[in-house]
Amino acid sequence: MKLYCLSGHPTLPCNVLKFKSTTIMLDCGLDTTSALHFLPLPLVHSQLFSKLPGWVSKDGAINLDKAICLLYLHVELSSPQELLDLSTIDVILISNYHCMMALPYITENTGFTGTVYATEPTLQIGRLLMEELVAFMERVPKAQSATCWKNKEIQRLLPGPLKDAVDVWAWKRCYGTQEVNSALSKVQLVGYSQKVELFGAVQVTPLSSGYSLGSSNWIIQSHHEKVSYVSGSSLLTTHPQPMDQTSLKNSDVLILTGLTQIPTANPDGMLGEFCSNLAMTIRAGGNVLVPCYSSGVIYDLLECLYQFMDSANLGSAPFYFISPVANSSLEFSQIFAEWLCQNKQSKVYLPEPPFPHAELIQTNKLKHYPSIHGDFSSEFRQPCVVFTGHPSLRFGDVVHFMELWGKSSLNTVIFTEPDFSYLDALAPYQPLAMKCVYCPIDTRLNFHQVTKLLKEVQPVHVVCPEPYTQPPPSQSHRSDLMLELQPAPMPYRRCAVLSLPFRRRYERIHLLPELAKSLVPSEIKPGISVATVSAVLQSKDNKHVLQPVPKAAPAPPSKKRKRVIEEPPELLAPKPLLSGAVPLEPFLATLHKHGIMEVKVEETADGHILHLQAEDALIQLEEDGTHIVSDSEPLRATLRDLVLRFLQKL
Amino acid sequence: MPDIKVTPLGAGQDVGRSCILVSVGGKNIMLDCGMHMGYNDDRRFPDFSYITQNGRLTEFLDCVIISHFHLDHCGALPYMSEMVGYDGPIYMTHPTKAICPILLEDFRKITVDRKGETNFFTSQMIKDCMKKVVPINLHQTVQVDDELEIKAYYAGHVLGAAMVQIKVGSESVIYTGDYNMTPDRHLGAAWIDKCRPDILITESTYATTIRDSKRCRERDFLKKVHETVERGGKVLIPVFALGRAQELCILLETFWERMNHKAPIYFSTGLTEKANHYYKLFITWTNQKIRKTFVQRNMFEFKHIKPFDRSYADNPGPMVVFAAPGMLHAGQSLQIFKKWAGNEKNMVIMPGYCVQGTIGHKILNGQKKLEMEGRATLEVKLQVEYMSFSAHADAKGIMQLIRMAEPRNILLVHGEAKKMEFLKDKIEQEFSVSCFMPANGETATVETNPSVPVDISLNLLKREMALGGPLPDPKKPRTLHGTLIMKDNSLRLLSPEKALKELGLSEHQLRFTCHVQLQDPHSDADTLTRIYTHLKSILKGYTIQHLPDSTVMVESIVVKVSSTAEEPNLKIILLSWSYQDEELGSFMSTLLKKGLPVGLC
Repeated sequence: MKLYCLSGHPTLPCNVLKFKSTTIMLDCGLDTTSALHFLPLPLVHSQLFSKLPGWVSKDGAINLDKAICLLYLHVELSSPQELLDLSTIDVILISNYHCMMALPYITENTGFTGTVYATEPTLQIGRLLMEELVAFMERVPKAQSATCWKNKEIQRLLPGPLKDAVDVWAWKRCYGTQEVNSALSKVQLVGYSQKVELFGAVQVTPLSSGYSLGSSNWIIQSHHEKVSYVSGSSLLTTHPQPMDQTSLKNSDVLILTGLTQIPTANPDGMLGEFCSNLAMTIRAGGNVLVPCYSSGVIYDLLECLYQFMDSANLGSAPFYFISPVANSSLEFSQIFAEWLCQNKQSKVYLPEPPFPHAELIQTNKLKHYPSIHGDFSSEFRQPCVVFTGHPSLRFGDVVHFMELWGKSSLNTVIFTEPDFSYLDALAPYQPLAMKCVYCPIDTRLNFHQVTKLLKEVQPVHVVCPEPYTQPPPSQSHRSDLMLELQPAPMPYRRCAVLSLPFRRRYERIHLLPELAKSLVPSEIKPGISVATVSAVLQSKDNKHVLQPVPKAAPAPPSKKRKRVIEEPPELLAPKPLLSGAVPLEPFLATLHKHGIMEVKVEETADGHILHLQAEDALIQLEEDGTHIVSDSEPLRATLRDLVLRFLQKL
Repeated sequence: MPDIKVTPLGAGQDVGRSCILVSVGGKNIMLDCGMHMGYNDDRRFPDFSYITQNGRLTEFLDCVIISHFHLDHCGALPYMSEMVGYDGPIYMTHPTKAICPILLEDFRKITVDRKGETNFFTSQMIKDCMKKVVPINLHQTVQVDDELEIKAYYAGHVLGAAMVQIKVGSESVIYTGDYNMTPDRHLGAAWIDKCRPDILITESTYATTIRDSKRCRERDFLKKVHETVERGGKVLIPVFALGRAQELCILLETFWERMNHKAPIYFSTGLTEKANHYYKLFITWTNQKIRKTFVQRNMFEFKHIKPFDRSYADNPGPMVVFAAPGMLHAGQSLQIFKKWAGNEKNMVIMPGYCVQGTIGHKILNGQKKLEMEGRATLEVKLQVEYMSFSAHADAKGIMQLIRMAEPRNILLVHGEAKKMEFLKDKIEQEFSVSCFMPANGETATVETNPSVPVDISLNLLKREMALGGPLPDPKKPRTLHGTLIMKDNSLRLLSPEKALKELGLSEHQLRFTCHVQLQDPHSDADTLTRIYTHLKSILKGYTIQHLPDSTVMVESIVVKVSSTAEEPNLKIILLSWSYQDEELGSFMSTLLKKGLPVGLC
């Protein structure tokens, strides 16, 4: 069993597991942090960015114009081909909608012919997030694609982090709608605790992971081996169904990814800070900008605001949710009752929508728009709260609001998504007058929770990304911010190939009832019985069945065959092994019973020699062997059978 | 021999009060717990005294599974759990769990409040009963206990309807509940994988019917409504609040919009709006088209269909009214029917199946005079139309499901005996599997032949597979030899050598030695060569070696030749073999005793 690690990013994993001749990809996250290397893509003509000069190298030989503002998405799977041929992947298991954003890069134009498994909310919301990304990219004017900066000579001269970026040739342009649709058409829906058979060899099962709508951990198992894949799990009570922990028990290997990115921040505390900062700004007449993803924590933020609104005296400040998929995201959140926590589920029985944002919309407190163009520009009132993407501040409607509100110190931007460094995200907008508040809300497991969880489920081996095995570089003294396990976890980094340390020793096989009935068990020790099995093996679709040996058809009576020499015996499989010993006295008694009276017993170093005087035969009895010397075939056969009575056959 | 027993307490050769007991692998499961619409006495509920005479059922049942929210499938549930007594788990899907208590409460109100019956379950009992419900999702494998697992499949029929697979070890049963194999305007078609159950328990409501295409029926329906409304008549469509109602509403709504009709459409009972709300929240259970477009336009928000008030029934002019219940046995639909029955301009369209004993059933059979309570008679002058919109599989659909699941046995329930008989013959002919149709209280037993799961050592398996080659030779099957170790309920198959080692036993060598005397006027070495040649010519396919230390080895059998100085021509051939080569050793000693053939060089 091998694990190919295509991504080193702990929360956007992409690993490939080879298990019993199946090749299973676990997640394919898309790392968009590379977007931070580029200038924002403004929706409307931007004074700030258009005034920037093109980049000219010191000697003036290279002039890059503004081509560098082109956005590339860094696909972490920069060189998977070297590690693994993507067309050999049989299935892809998706754990949550954030971890499938690279799907089109894997399934399209790579020769991939397998199946993708995901839950329905993961598919639907993942689709929305992909469509949003595509929309963000497609609605800005297309500049020509710039590649010359990727040239090593030029890249070397470039400033800042770009100079040090690795594998820039693997950075790919964003996919399009067609690729998204084609990739998602390969998804097969699964439900929690559904057992999915892969080629009869392996069974995979998604389990609720408590992190987001439809998010799952996966069990990959055969009858004797169990691998758990834990990715993005949460023990906090937010909107999704609680995490299923017990099913992770007794794993041989547990692959652990997707822990919290902000282990030092408590999500509840952050939520409180979010609300109070928001209220303060609104009361002071300022606007609040919340750069966020279009699904996930935003549902909790809206619910929190719904409860907090009246007490905080927010007045009539409207909430705007702006995204090409805002409406769909809000609508979809209401139809996945089965995937929600109990509390929300029971609302549906009333029947009421599970999330209170339905009421916010009904009472016109929350309005959603596909973009800042169109209705929004005429209906827009200030002060207000705007939820919009993308949280990297490099593309999407958020770019516009940063420019619009950045100059006033009345306004506040509150960062809630933990995926991007907020300082890097803000860099191109400096100098900024608006307040910046960082309240990252990451509900995923922290080190304390995961240690407790692992103690409970007790996997034999734990595999995790390397960063989890040491404290974060900025807080090297915090030994509580790492995994400390006995035995130590096996760390992996990007492009590593790990051999998972367990050996398969058994396989499930079925004995047909006819065969089972024909077995003759004998008790060897108290509580242990054995039976010799001679059977024909049938293997089909990786399932093995033992059936009785067919009785050879009786040879047709042929008259020609009156030859003296008979046919030699068929090449038969070996006889059972013998075990035990032949005890002297009972054996003598048995011989006696069969008319063999004259037996002279001679004692030797290892046993006895029996001389059968009348028959002129000799039997040597020893602890671990019996030797029959007889020239008469019938006698030999008789003696053989008598000896066999005392021995166990295996 | 292990077997599976199936006993219908209700719905055996009958439609109504579905309740089927299944015993499989030592587990007892109750499938559905319904009421009979055709009776108002004890026969209304299944006879639970079959399970036990004295009291509570908890210890006799491992679980109860409800397939969908129709009262003939869940109507007796509070009676069973609260009045007879059952505290174990009750499984149903989320939509069923949401809607079932509402219908139960409705049913209770009609029976107790309107008809004044006592000794019936109370509202509190419905609530207590629902607390015992565990919701399940489609395709989720629910482990009821260590051995019993259940899994739900999509059944179409109504919102949240499910088929269930019950599995203990390698034995399994599928119960379909009610299902529909063709997608309709709001639901998808039932689907199941090739799970090869030991028994498929299927409904057979439309066992003898093969329905024409849905489009024709829809056109027919719209035409009839249209004509009646045009001539100023009123149309009554008795429906159950959930299910067909939504399908027909979608149909009429789009028709009204297209034709620009002005006649009002009403929907009776306050339940409707709520019902439509359920459809909106459980949209993932509807058909693909509705699911795809729900963000833009929710099909369950109707523009033309307004809530009904009792006083509207006397309004002049045409109108269309959907009213519950669907079989005209009580409630609002019956009241409106009584009002409109006397006018031949009016029409009643029965869109679903009607149970025997209900007024719906009577008028469909052409009865023109109905006896009502208090000796009054009601003359039926209005037109009576029947349109099969109820979402049951027809004969074609049932056969299709059988083909999908490939069951080893089939058991029919939820249908009329005569029709079942016909279908049974057809199934036995086409699939040559046995088909049962027990009556209520009658038990059908099916023997199962489960194979025995064993853990085989991977070494042994791999070795065997490597030796067997990629394709097995049907003429010369290879035999696998192994030792099955049975210890603490575990069964493991190892190679005999490994088994010996594992059990801490030492091998016992059994050897045989035999001398054969032979006259052969050659030197010892030559005799041995002659024996070698002879054996070689006879023992084809065996490994035979002539070793330099003047021995011949046939497999592991040692052959040596010696003679005495006195009689150099009398050779003594020594044969020695172990028990593993017994057949061959025995054959060779017999063979050599016959001497060497003359022509041998």
